[in-house]
Amino acid sequence: MALLHTVNKSPFEKNSLETCLRIAIEGSSVLLIEDGVYGAMKGTALNGALSDAGNRLQFYVLGPDLAARGLSEADVMEGIEVVDYDGFVDLVVEHDATHACL
Amino acid sequence: MEPSPEEYEGEEYAGGVVKKFMYVNRRAPHGTVYAQEALEVVLIGAAFEQDVSVVFIDDGVYQIKKDQDPSAIGTKNFSKTFRALEMYDVEKLYVEKESMQARGLTEDDLNVPVEVKTSEEIGRLMEEQDVVLSF
Repeated sequence: MALLHTVNKSPFEKNSLETCLRIAIEGSSVLLIEDGVYGAMKGTALNGALSDAGNRLQFYVLGPDLAARGLSEADVMEGIEVVDYDGFVDLVVEHDATHACL
Repeated sequence: MEPSPEEYEGEEYAGGVVKKFMYVNRRAPHGTVYAQEALEVVLIGAAFEQDVSVVFIDDGVYQIKKDQDPSAIGTKNFSKTFRALEMYDVEKLYVEKESMQARGLTEDDLNVPVEVKTSEEIGRLMEEQDVVLSF
């Protein structure tokens, strides 16, 4: 069973992303949405943790939430795929279940 | 002392007390309504001609990130309003250096002129205030 974990909190304010990385098992996916998209940025204090987790997890980030916050694909770390709303729906369908890590 | 009625000129409060107000923003802009509400309160302080400072710490730094376009998520692009603060004589905008660095941001990423201050400098500025409001 492959899970889709969504994270909607800034990793600098809440530990949702950290918890998600801890419980997500190999082969799962993590989609960063809303304030969670800040975790996808290049050059932050979190890049190491995300790079390490990238070996076992697939990362996605929601494009409209990036744009709202003045960020673009160019600001996103390597290894994280930008998806739009249709891509979000596809991810939900492709996985067996979705866990919203609030 | 309470102002007498003749001290009110239209909507202006002539001869009112001016206090040092600091507004502390620690929240990201679009995920919650805090940032937008804080900006409203800053404008109220400015309308009453108070001595206003606005500080951006932690995720508050993201409020003044350049190029925000929330059209696809249905929130208001209030980041533009920060650029209008100058017209209300709100010119003391401070960003904590440590918060900016942790988030991989530099002054060039911001949409308004700010003064970058260390945590200690922000702490000292806070000491000088009459009122500190947090959002």
